[in-house]
Amino acid sequence: MDSSTLFGIATMAYILAMIIYIVYLAFKKPQIGIIATTITVIGFITQTFAILLRWKEFYDIGKMGILRAAPLTNLYESLVFFVWCLILGYLIIEFKYKNRSFGAFVTPIAGLALAFIDLTGMDKDIHPLVPALQSNWLLAHVMMSFIAYSTFALAFSTALMYLIIKTEKRTEPSYIFWTITMGIFIVILGAMGLDYLTYKVAIKNPDVLIKSFLFKASFFSNSTAVSLVSWIIAVAFIFLLWRYGYLLKKVISGFSLSPEILEEITYKSIAIGFPIFTLGGLIFGAIWADQAWGVYWSWDPKETWSLISWFAYAFFLHSRFLRGWKGKKIAIVAVVGFVLVIFTYLGVNLLLSGLHSYGSME
Amino acid sequence: MEKEKDKGFIDKIWDFFASIRLAIVVFASLALTSIIGTVLEQNADPERNLRLLAKLFGKSAAPSLFNIFESLGFMDMYHSWWFVTILMLFAANLIICSIDRLPKILKVVKDPIKPLSEDRFKGFGIKKEFVLNGGPEKTKGVVSEAIKKVTGFNLSEVKEESGYQLYSQKGNYTRLGVYITHFSILVILLGAVIGIFFGFKGFLNLPEGKTYSVAFSRTGSMSQTQEFERILNAVEASAGNLQNASKLLGIDENSLRTMMRKFGIFPLGFSIRCDMFNVDFYSKSDMPKAYRSWLSVTKDGKEVIKKIIEVNEPLKYEGITFYQSSYGLVPGGVENGIFRFRAISKDGKSEEINARFGGSFTLPGTTLTAKIEDFSPALGFDQATNRPFTYAKQMNNPAVLISFFEGGNRKFGGWVLMRYPETWSLPDGYTLEFVGVWGSQYTGLQVRKDPGVWIVYLGCFAMAIGLFIAFFMSHRRIWVRLVDERHNTRVIIGASANKNKQAFERKIDTLVSHLTKTKEGGK
Repeated sequence: MDSSTLFGIATMAYILAMIIYIVYLAFKKPQIGIIATTITVIGFITQTFAILLRWKEFYDIGKMGILRAAPLTNLYESLVFFVWCLILGYLIIEFKYKNRSFGAFVTPIAGLALAFIDLTGMDKDIHPLVPALQSNWLLAHVMMSFIAYSTFALAFSTALMYLIIKTEKRTEPSYIFWTITMGIFIVILGAMGLDYLTYKVAIKNPDVLIKSFLFKASFFSNSTAVSLVSWIIAVAFIFLLWRYGYLLKKVISGFSLSPEILEEITYKSIAIGFPIFTLGGLIFGAIWADQAWGVYWSWDPKETWSLISWFAYAFFLHSRFLRGWKGKKIAIVAVVGFVLVIFTYLGVNLLLSGLHSYGSME
Repeated sequence: MEKEKDKGFIDKIWDFFASIRLAIVVFASLALTSIIGTVLEQNADPERNLRLLAKLFGKSAAPSLFNIFESLGFMDMYHSWWFVTILMLFAANLIICSIDRLPKILKVVKDPIKPLSEDRFKGFGIKKEFVLNGGPEKTKGVVSEAIKKVTGFNLSEVKEESGYQLYSQKGNYTRLGVYITHFSILVILLGAVIGIFFGFKGFLNLPEGKTYSVAFSRTGSMSQTQEFERILNAVEASAGNLQNASKLLGIDENSLRTMMRKFGIFPLGFSIRCDMFNVDFYSKSDMPKAYRSWLSVTKDGKEVIKKIIEVNEPLKYEGITFYQSSYGLVPGGVENGIFRFRAISKDGKSEEINARFGGSFTLPGTTLTAKIEDFSPALGFDQATNRPFTYAKQMNNPAVLISFFEGGNRKFGGWVLMRYPETWSLPDGYTLEFVGVWGSQYTGLQVRKDPGVWIVYLGCFAMAIGLFIAFFMSHRRIWVRLVDERHNTRVIIGASANKNKQAFERKIDTLVSHLTKTKEGGK
């Protein structure tokens, strides 16, 4: 059995777990919850083996030593590792807080990340390391960055749930904020899925993706009619989400999750992720850049965007400690922080060029 | 009167720099301007940004927008005066904020823990109360031992009216973690500033077989004027010795240094030579596996270091580091390069052969003459017509077209490819290996001298420690009252932790169950 078969099984397990978690929320039967957890654990174990197997496959091909064969070298592998961290983080939370409702929110993120891999037709082949990546810093830098990203993702989902529960009126800024953020998320993902379904191409490099395919099936279509309809649908969708968002509130309020627990998980995730991100993402990245290129900081887009994300989370921590910000205000900061992280991770590689072009979908 | 007014003004400035509002404004402006800096390509060809602006805002608006952005310094914004000013404001804010808060925190850190009055026990986040058999005199030892065993605290005690109060704290110094983190940011900024003022960042494109004793700055005026050439030649002729070079030029050493600075020529203080450069590819693909330069350093006529550098393996000498950063073909390099072959005869005897482009050589032990007719740095064959063509400018797949003559008649010939041994064998069992073209490529070295980098590393190290303390360690305090209650003891515990309260509470719970169990055991 090779690693891709195991990855396939893990993906199916997560999607199945997502459905069962939602069923569990609807019926609140403990047995269903146990089944959901069991399937998630099975998916997690399978994925762990898949990652280790890919590591070995990479080691056999690359012949560069075990530390330089870590499967963290391209967008596909890093997304897989991100999902792995996210599920691990979730399982820890489920165990600590003895609450399964949250699973219905985390497993979809895992599922979406894995779906994103297939929707964009990302290259899944193992490629040997280019010279710039042949360093032992690769393992520490990338692994810690993704551990931090997944804690930020957890904070994002709890903060979003917090906003959904706590907002009352449609005219409230926090309510408008979460409906629009969530709406844009879904619209972008939907548009990318549509691109893939229309063109059925595996994207080889970001330039081609941006110029020829990104949103070409919808917003940037050559046909004015298609483009216009796409924009109307997108705006209408966000409007409907805004109009009927309170239904989601009813669903989530049905979970046995108090806003206090959500706020606590948001803070704790960030408090764990922030130092890891600072050390592994920024400091180790700078040391590595210093070794490879002779500049520890060159203001390239990837570095600059990670610094911006870092500012956002530093702001989160300071406003909480110094100003005693609580509740909705700080939840918005956590959501914005993760949007910046996503841009740092995907947007920079896909939309902006820089020294870090090795992370692209080549 | 005058003095008081004066003080008020200074206080106002102080408050301004210590304010969180300034911090927020600085954070936001750093973030927002940085975003613009990642969209506009920095230090790029104006054409590229013009095209980008045209794409975003339309063709007609692009030129004027470009001019606006350029005059504001956005084309090299991270080095513009206003961005540096924001960074300095950030540093000032950090320093003054820290000084402002430090006395209060130091008091908490340094002051010894004191016993609390009875009513203060009500307000604790972690509060426990239970009764033990025996009076306080008897239970005191059991309780303090249990606390020591479970939490590791060394307790102080004080006699009270109706019993005792035990109290202790741990990790009071962890409150300084935040300040270590903030301080480390300043250390990093200091290191960066030292690097900017006393360091050098440049490059050197070093052809195979050439020696240089200078590097070039990217910002210097690189126009290859006659004067530039004259100075460079003089410096290289005297192997980097500026005293001799200034004599050659007939000027004094100081004005030579000034001129070198003007032209962006940086004296290394030693000489560096590229003995060879090579790109390794993964098997037959065009995917690079390693870029390698064989470098040797000469100081005062003596060779001091020889090292093969790679992308993650730079060479360092006298505080100057050479990084492998690019490579390319030297103009006219093929015509001037040496084509290296290894001829292996049927009986296994091998011999090295050097030849020039267009030149001929005799195959050892035969009467065959080989003539180099053509060369391609990256030879490919068109799939449809099978015609040879050059598919890249770099040496991805070097190949020579050789014709073999005997007595003036062309016998056979064809392309010999460096990366394909199957093209090396000649019809009669002879092997002619194409080893490479020496002297045709240059290695692109990034040259850096940064005396501030160790300060930056030190700052990073301090930041890691500071963050660990700030996020994963906490200041924990405990107060325990032992109150006499008709020959039994009422134990009242109040405890606090500034971080991760739950973990501390779990410890206290363990302590309580431990104590109440011994009570039952004692019955």
